[in-house]
Amino acid sequence: MYRIVSSIFLAENIKKIEIEAPRIAKKRKAGQFVMLRVTDHGERIPLTIAGSDPEKGTITLIVQGMGKSTRALNLLEAGSSIADIVGPLGTPSHIENFGTAVSIGGGVGTAIAYPTAIALKEAGNHVITINGARSKDLVILEREMQEVSDEAYITTDDGSYGYHGFVTQKLQELIDSGRKIDFVLAIGPIPMMKAVAEVTRPYGIKTVVSLNPIMVDGTGMCGGCRVTVDGEIKFACVDGPEFDAHKVDFTNLADRNRIYLSEEKESSSGEHRCHLHQQK
Amino acid sequence: MDAKHITNKERMAIPRQPMPAQDPNVRNRNFKEVNLGYTPELAMQEALRCIQCKDPVCIQGCPVNIKIDEFIQLVAEGDFLGAARKVKEDNVLPAVCGRVCPQEDQCEKACIIGKKHQPVAIGNLERFVADWEREHGEPEMPEVKPPTGRKVAVIGSGPAGLSCANDLIRQGHEVVVFEALHELGGVLMYGVPEFRLPKEIVRQEIEGLKQMGVRFQTDVVVGRSVTIDELIEDEGFNAVFIGVGAGLPWFMGIPGENLVGVLAANEFLTRVNLMKAYDFPEGSDTPVFDCRGKNVAVFGGGNTAMDAVRTAKRLGAEHAYIIYRRSEAEMPARAEEIHHAKEEGIEFLLLMNPLEFLGDDKHWLTGVKCIKMELGEPDDSGRRRPVPIEGSEFTLPLDMAIISIGNGSNPLIKQTTPDIEVSRRETIVVDVNTMATSKENVYAGGDIVTGGATVILAMGAGRTAAKAINEKLMGTAASHDEW
Ligand SMILES: Cc1cc2nc3c(=O)[nH]c(=O)nc-3n(C[C@H](O)[C@H](O)[C@H](O)COP(=O)(O)OP(=O)(O)OC[C@H]3O[C@@H](n4cnc5c(N)ncnc54)[C@H](O)[C@@H]3O)c2cc1C
Ligand SMILES: Cc1cc2nc3c(=O)[nH]c(=O)nc-3n(C[C@H](O)[C@H](O)[C@H](O)COP(=O)(O)OP(=O)(O)OC[C@H]3O[C@@H](n4cnc5c(N)ncnc54)[C@H](O)[C@@H]3O)c2cc1C
Ligand code: SF4
Ligand code: SF4
Ligand code: FES
Repeated sequence: MYRIVSSIFLAENIKKIEIEAPRIAKKRKAGQFVMLRVTDHGERIPLTIAGSDPEKGTITLIVQGMGKSTRALNLLEAGSSIADIVGPLGTPSHIENFGTAVSIGGGVGTAIAYPTAIALKEAGNHVITINGARSKDLVILEREMQEVSDEAYITTDDGSYGYHGFVTQKLQELIDSGRKIDFVLAIGPIPMMKAVAEVTRPYGIKTVVSLNPIMVDGTGMCGGCRVTVDGEIKFACVDGPEFDAHKVDFTNLADRNRIYLSEEKESSSGEHRCHLHQQK
Repeated sequence: MDAKHITNKERMAIPRQPMPAQDPNVRNRNFKEVNLGYTPELAMQEALRCIQCKDPVCIQGCPVNIKIDEFIQLVAEGDFLGAARKVKEDNVLPAVCGRVCPQEDQCEKACIIGKKHQPVAIGNLERFVADWEREHGEPEMPEVKPPTGRKVAVIGSGPAGLSCANDLIRQGHEVVVFEALHELGGVLMYGVPEFRLPKEIVRQEIEGLKQMGVRFQTDVVVGRSVTIDELIEDEGFNAVFIGVGAGLPWFMGIPGENLVGVLAANEFLTRVNLMKAYDFPEGSDTPVFDCRGKNVAVFGGGNTAMDAVRTAKRLGAEHAYIIYRRSEAEMPARAEEIHHAKEEGIEFLLLMNPLEFLGDDKHWLTGVKCIKMELGEPDDSGRRRPVPIEGSEFTLPLDMAIISIGNGSNPLIKQTTPDIEVSRRETIVVDVNTMATSKENVYAGGDIVTGGATVILAMGAGRTAAKAINEKLMGTAASHDEW
């Protein structure tokens, strides 16, 4: 059992959770994740390590309640425990001084991009962050992002805060203004990452995305996390999760993430399997 | 009949005792064990069939050289506990091996009776005595030597790691097993299904190791959570055994393999076995493809393929197919599993090669295009090579396709410990006499060395390594003392 040290809401449905995991706290690098199970009969779900305190032996996760497992996790208060946590998994982000680096986060993707943005800053980059949310009350990590950025922008779909529009529009504006951009990191919903890839492609700007395929073990055994990159099979839990955005087959990723959709709905709603449900 | 006064002719006149099993049409709807096990009467009767050869060739057929003649004699005499202990002198997991060893290629293949009649059912007897001991015996605590002060790290809790840990703890060394998953047992837990190997058996075997003092740490991925160098330098381990098993599944590389509904057998089996998805959504939060009323095909002919297809059938598949490009004779699966699968209504499409998966506009799998094959000349492996029959293409409607054509090697150790030499296939290179790797005090065995093989070979490798590690550690201890 692994103890939860603190648990606070950052926005509606998004929680910041600090968990005791000394081995992971000591080893983790930007871009890596953990797999955890909330209870004994829980799913193994992947979550990015947002930060760590090696001295205290804790790591921080930022979790958006999506379905059964993430919601169950977000219900836990400080002092309670989860069944299992393992990591750090995945290949750490490739960090160097690119020059000007733009970190783009969409929704909870902001939390996933945060540790890599810190690493980019530490490597000497001029860091620009663009963080998008649907509306003002869903904006997370505003202060933290400002601290690591040389320039920080917030966009909202409904214009209730910051720039009115999508993260890609802000990125396009920066490019159009003649700024030289050397590196883009984009993490968020699949359509957002795909759109960012299309914005930077014509300019040949090196762009990296962090993929979120469905995972089971996270150790390179099951093959569930396979993604298509440059026409080849890659396994996100060992080869990734970060890949060259211009080579990723996003359509395939989006398709494959839908495989258990009807089952997940059933699980969340607590319905029983007494009648055949419609497929597809 | 009396075990002592029976002629060989009389022994050979006894037919091989069949293994009692659940009715095929009942068991293909549940996950309970298929085989029910011998009764004491059946076991004693079967044991009488062994003619107690002067030169028991069966022993050479067993990779860990169990004293087969001796344990069978004890069964014939009704001393089942004695028989179990005899087996355990050479094999720590007899309840497992009796169930999953490919006996027809090993001990029973060598059995002399098999030349004219059916061989002695060595596997069934081994299973019987192990079960008997578990259910009736006083748990016997093997002798553990006084502490040596030496510490060994075992990476992976599959059969290789468990047997290595067993031998080392008995020698008085401190043993810590590190396991990446939340459950111990390796493939025995996440791969082989409950209906073939009840998980309770594996848990009890592991419990025995715990009682002897082996410590287990789950949720530790060596290479990521801690490296081998750190185990040696920072955590004070004197030696390391790597038993991390095979790795990422291979795919076929044909068009349409990325369609939704095409997945690897490892994923399907892990969901069902390790994550208990057969109990979704009530008892488990992990979903599995809803097979009820669907057409499911498994591509391959090994044990993994048989396990996957029989699991799909149990989850309610209307049609559950095995699609294999050679003929039944070439199938690597255990003969019993093929036989059981057929009884359960699995449809075998042999000498068929998939060319392409077909999908709908939402990219969900709808079928597979195959071509029929015929057997041509033998290839390098001595197996007759299948060649396509021109113009024989056909399409089979499918809802799920499970790929089971083998595994590569897990890349983690290689990525994080570059000074361990690996082969071109990325398996770890060892000295077969000691299982020593190119790195000082680091040993390896099981599937990570051989590629996907068998439980008993992995266990044998674990034992060989344990012996070498013990000699190395005690050797250093001696010279240290002299100093
Ligand atoms: C490497 C990696 C890092 C991640 N980091 C974070 C993080 O830091 N914070 C965070 O909130 N989320 C993160 N995710 C996503 C998170 O794992 C999923 O939201 C979670 O598994 C959903 O589980 P659930 O039971 O709550 O929802 P479910 O009911 O299982 O699913 C809800 C929805 O999420 C989709 N989904 C299911 N499993 C996954 C999955 N493994 N990845 C993506 N979508 C999935 C389903 O198709 C469905 O649409 C990460 C995913 C990956 C692969
Ligand atoms: C579905 C299936 C059915 C099979 N049926 C049979 C059969 O009937 N008969 C037979 O003889 N053989 C069978 N086999 C093959 C047999 O199971 C294997 O050969 C055997 O389990 C190999 O043992 P191992 O100890 O080398 O590895 P494994 O059993 O694979 O165990 C390796 C363990 O190491 C862990 N691990 C991996 N990486 C790390 C890491 N970095 N750090 C910590 N832990 C790690 C894994 O999680 C796993 O628990 C089957 C295999 C499968 C997949
Ligand atoms: S361990 Fe396997 S090969 Fe050896 S005797 Fe038992 S069943 Fe036969
Ligand atoms: S070869 Fe067959 S008959 Fe001879 S000892 Fe072995 S099991 Fe018995
Ligand atoms: S999650 Fe199983 S191989 Fe990556």
